[in-house]
Amino acid sequence: MGFGIYISLRIFNIPDITTDGSYTLGAAVTASLLTQGIALPLVVLIVMGAGALAGACTGIIHTRFKIQPLLAGILVMTSLYSVNLNIMGRSNLPLLGVENAAGMFRFLPSIQTQWLLLLLVIIIFLVAFLSWFLKTDFGVSMRATGNSELMVRALGVNTQNMKVIGLAMANALTSVSGFLVCQFQQFSDINMGIGIVIFGLGSVMMGEAFISILKAPSILKRLLGVVLGCVVFRLIVAVALDLGINPNWLKAVTAVIVLLVVGIPNLKKSSI
Amino acid sequence: MKMLDIEQLTKYFNRGTPSEVVALDHVSLAMEEKEFLVIIGSNGSGKTTLLNLIAGNHFADAGSLSIQNIDVTSQPDYARSKWIARVFQDPLKGTAPDLSILENFRLASLRTKSKSLRTGINQLFRKRVQELVSVLNLGLENKLDTLVGKLSGGQRQALTLLMATMDQPKLLLLDEPTAALDPRSSAVVMELANRIITVQQLTAILVTHNLKQALDYGSRLIMMDSGQIKRDFQQIEKSTLQLADMQQWFYESAAV
Repeated sequence: MGFGIYISLRIFNIPDITTDGSYTLGAAVTASLLTQGIALPLVVLIVMGAGALAGACTGIIHTRFKIQPLLAGILVMTSLYSVNLNIMGRSNLPLLGVENAAGMFRFLPSIQTQWLLLLLVIIIFLVAFLSWFLKTDFGVSMRATGNSELMVRALGVNTQNMKVIGLAMANALTSVSGFLVCQFQQFSDINMGIGIVIFGLGSVMMGEAFISILKAPSILKRLLGVVLGCVVFRLIVAVALDLGINPNWLKAVTAVIVLLVVGIPNLKKSSI
Repeated sequence: MKMLDIEQLTKYFNRGTPSEVVALDHVSLAMEEKEFLVIIGSNGSGKTTLLNLIAGNHFADAGSLSIQNIDVTSQPDYARSKWIARVFQDPLKGTAPDLSILENFRLASLRTKSKSLRTGINQLFRKRVQELVSVLNLGLENKLDTLVGKLSGGQRQALTLLMATMDQPKLLLLDEPTAALDPRSSAVVMELANRIITVQQLTAILVTHNLKQALDYGSRLIMMDSGQIKRDFQQIEKSTLQLADMQQWFYESAAV
């Protein structure tokens, strides 16, 4: 999911709230298809397609109807709530006794190590794929779209289509993370996506903070920064909970951490 | 063959409201190949609007516009990039700050082509950009991986100019390219522009507020006022013009 947010936020400068919905969408589709006995590889594809569709909706609402990206995201996120509810048929769908993705590493002794290996494989694959993709001619055009739209249009890029494609990719990635989390926790819940976009934003920004120490970071280093940011962000939240903060305050704590990460550098700047 | 042919082009802003403005009022203009046209005019005279209509940032309310006899009146800016390359007034707009010099040039080299899933930045391309950039004598040829956002306005504008002309555009639009630069950088950028236009024999349009530039450069001069072309000088007449004449026009137009 970190990568999804990375694309929408850093590459397009759009804080994409669709994420909250497409994350749950990924989980909902996974839970409902797996309980119906559909094979895993097929489920991944459908999940990605569904996420991409959600992202494309936001993109189209934003570019064709000229609606602010934030509002476009809210519209899609809200309607996805109903979509997700209908996909699952109820608000909570357990995944007990169903084969999950980590099962392909059954030779490993414990469930934890199976999951660790699976995540490692996926992360390596995604980092490799994205660092290749973002360096292709198409990828460079995509990165420039959020950077200097007027210039990119003058250079022959249809920036509207570019945004739709980018948001579709971002939300496909997000829904895959819903796919994984749903299997890891063995259930899918209609509310699981609430505030998840904050987690993503926090992770990406945290990653940027690490990477900003480097002078001209390559795409690969930036992507690794995002991975690092995700892990550190999770750890900080875990530590906060460990310190005895009431789990009911979890979302508020996350929001405050994001505020700290984003706000403190600006506070310092303005005081000079 | 006519490079650019504009017929009765008209553009309103805030149409249908009390604050309606006619930005362009039935403007007709034809440009031959290899012509270097300079447009002057006071603020609000319509010169930038004309340039934006040619580039396709805005669409005309009436009239037609064709490039090399192809009607492009309803084509958006990204489709017209087949013919047109642009240098913007704001140095920040002509380049992508978070991309490296090399990546910016890669995009520029694809102006007329499709952006495929190919990794186009290779050693060959790097060498080509190195040679291009070394013309500037700014030492940038050894910093191709630097993010463009770290460069000065003058450097960025010079790069934009090189990017715009790296594959011989049919029509080069220069929208007050030196308005945001200090006198020294602006002289460098204009000299470079003039050299490239002459050497590559480009068809170009320069919009400027700088009357001295208007005298020094170009093969044709037009002056706009209230959305219309008020004066039009071909090369021979242009060469006899004095700075004082042009200043006089501005006072006349302001009095109206």
